[in-house]
Amino acid sequence: MIQLPPASGADARTRRSPGFFCIAGLITPALSVVLVLFGGGLVFGLMQSLGYMPVVGMNALTREHFRAIIADPDFMPSLGLTLYVAAVSTMIAAALSIFTALILHSLMRKSRIVYFIFQIPLTVPHLVIAVAMVFMLSPTGLLSRVALGAGLIDSSAGFPLLINDRWCVGIMLTYIWKEIPFITLMILSVLRNVTVELLEVGRTLKAGRWQRFRFITLPTIFPSLGAACLIVFAFTFGAFEVPFLLGRTYPMLLPVWAYKNYSDVDLMARPEGIATGIVIAAVVIVTVIVSQGLTKTARRRGVIV
Amino acid sequence: MRNWQRPLTAAVITSAVALPFFALLLWSGSERWFYPDLLPDRWGLRAWEYVFGTAGDQILSSLLQSVLVAAATALVSVIIGVPSGRALGLYEFNGKDLLSVLLTLPIIVPPLCVAMGLHLWFIKLRLAETFSGVVLVHLTFSLPYAVFVMWGVFSNYDTDFEDQARSLGASRLAVIWRVMVPMTFSGIMVAALFSFLLSWSQYLSTLIIGGGKITTLPIMLFALMGSGDRPVAAAVSLVFVTPAFLVLLFSARYLGGKSISGVR
Repeated sequence: MIQLPPASGADARTRRSPGFFCIAGLITPALSVVLVLFGGGLVFGLMQSLGYMPVVGMNALTREHFRAIIADPDFMPSLGLTLYVAAVSTMIAAALSIFTALILHSLMRKSRIVYFIFQIPLTVPHLVIAVAMVFMLSPTGLLSRVALGAGLIDSSAGFPLLINDRWCVGIMLTYIWKEIPFITLMILSVLRNVTVELLEVGRTLKAGRWQRFRFITLPTIFPSLGAACLIVFAFTFGAFEVPFLLGRTYPMLLPVWAYKNYSDVDLMARPEGIATGIVIAAVVIVTVIVSQGLTKTARRRGVIV
Repeated sequence: MRNWQRPLTAAVITSAVALPFFALLLWSGSERWFYPDLLPDRWGLRAWEYVFGTAGDQILSSLLQSVLVAAATALVSVIIGVPSGRALGLYEFNGKDLLSVLLTLPIIVPPLCVAMGLHLWFIKLRLAETFSGVVLVHLTFSLPYAVFVMWGVFSNYDTDFEDQARSLGASRLAVIWRVMVPMTFSGIMVAALFSFLLSWSQYLSTLIIGGGKITTLPIMLFALMGSGDRPVAAAVSLVFVTPAFLVLLFSARYLGGKSISGVR
């Protein structure tokens, strides 16, 4: 659920400023919610993951919990799998989105109904699609029935494991289904200001279809595509519901692992759960910073408006 | 050549989008469905009767709980979000970039991390396992979203109308209620609807802060998936997805369907 901030400076027509106190009055409520609840949540989380939990009598700051999770034999496989799921599903979604955006742009510009249908996945909760994936992809699901009917497999045992499976196929399909419209719409919003003229110039200079795509379209959509991908990556990396429902019990994806430790009956496991949460937050924040940097560069070059 | 391309694209997109819902509909309408039959052996409304009849109290109360939490989150998000959106959309000031980063972070950092950090603190403040505690944790990510929507709205807002109203003797409150709110109403609706949807889809943060006491629909749905009753889980999923469709229809009807491109 992201809307990139509008380019600052570009949108605000210069007005007489209403003065510091007025602006402060307008933004203070929102700023304090973000600082107190969000910032507070992260800071308290960090403190607890550093072992500061006065309630249960742990006061000393220590790196022991972070050390413990890194030393945990489950951590690396879990981190690796999470990176794999986030990266691969983002890349597949991105590739399909470029394709979809180009098709929609050239064929469907006037079809509002197709655009409407295409936007449905944006608002549907991930959880619902994860449930539907179980019904479609499980060994006794729809796809398996179709495959048996078509004579591709002999029994449900012959159907490949796509849910709770080693390669996280079900998880990734859920994300891909959800994210394609998001990335596609981000691309479409910049495709609109490309450049019929530029493509015409390309054609006059005898650039082929691929060359026109590679040297005109791709550079134009790239910053927007990159930003969308990083957002999707960050989201996928930290999301809980889908892997909880469709993932395997070992290795777990990082968010599921974090929650498992957090909700452990052993209170000592709790700081480790929070520490894992902090690791997830750190990865995501780094991703955001990169994404912001990318958008800024793009703006400086005047590619995004 | 182009003649078949358009219908084909439309058909591919429509069926790709419809497929999951089709699966859910089939399952929710099946009473007996043995493997490997392609369609249910016996159709029926058992699942729906269970959802609104047998377990009706539980499921309807979690539906109500979800609606209340999401509505409260949306209301607070809009009330706090509109002024900030106004400041960001209309004026240049120092620290605007920093503020924009601060507002972007909560949207992207998973609620899981924040909810785990807040939990102990909320227990001390007696906010854990309460309605307001859950609303507060949902606010961390839905408020920034509302601010961004209103930022966009106020970037295209003309304050001259307010000046005119003021010069005609309107009070501050009258300017807000009779000029600003009506002029930005569609934007306010978008901000509210999507804050609502964000809160509506939340599972883990509700579970951590609500501690099982605040049973919203997704928490119910997870319990049902665990019980293995597929038709009932399918029916509840379809109930769960309804507001998303309503929001989409509403925004397509009233807002030209343009404003939701930023939502995930």
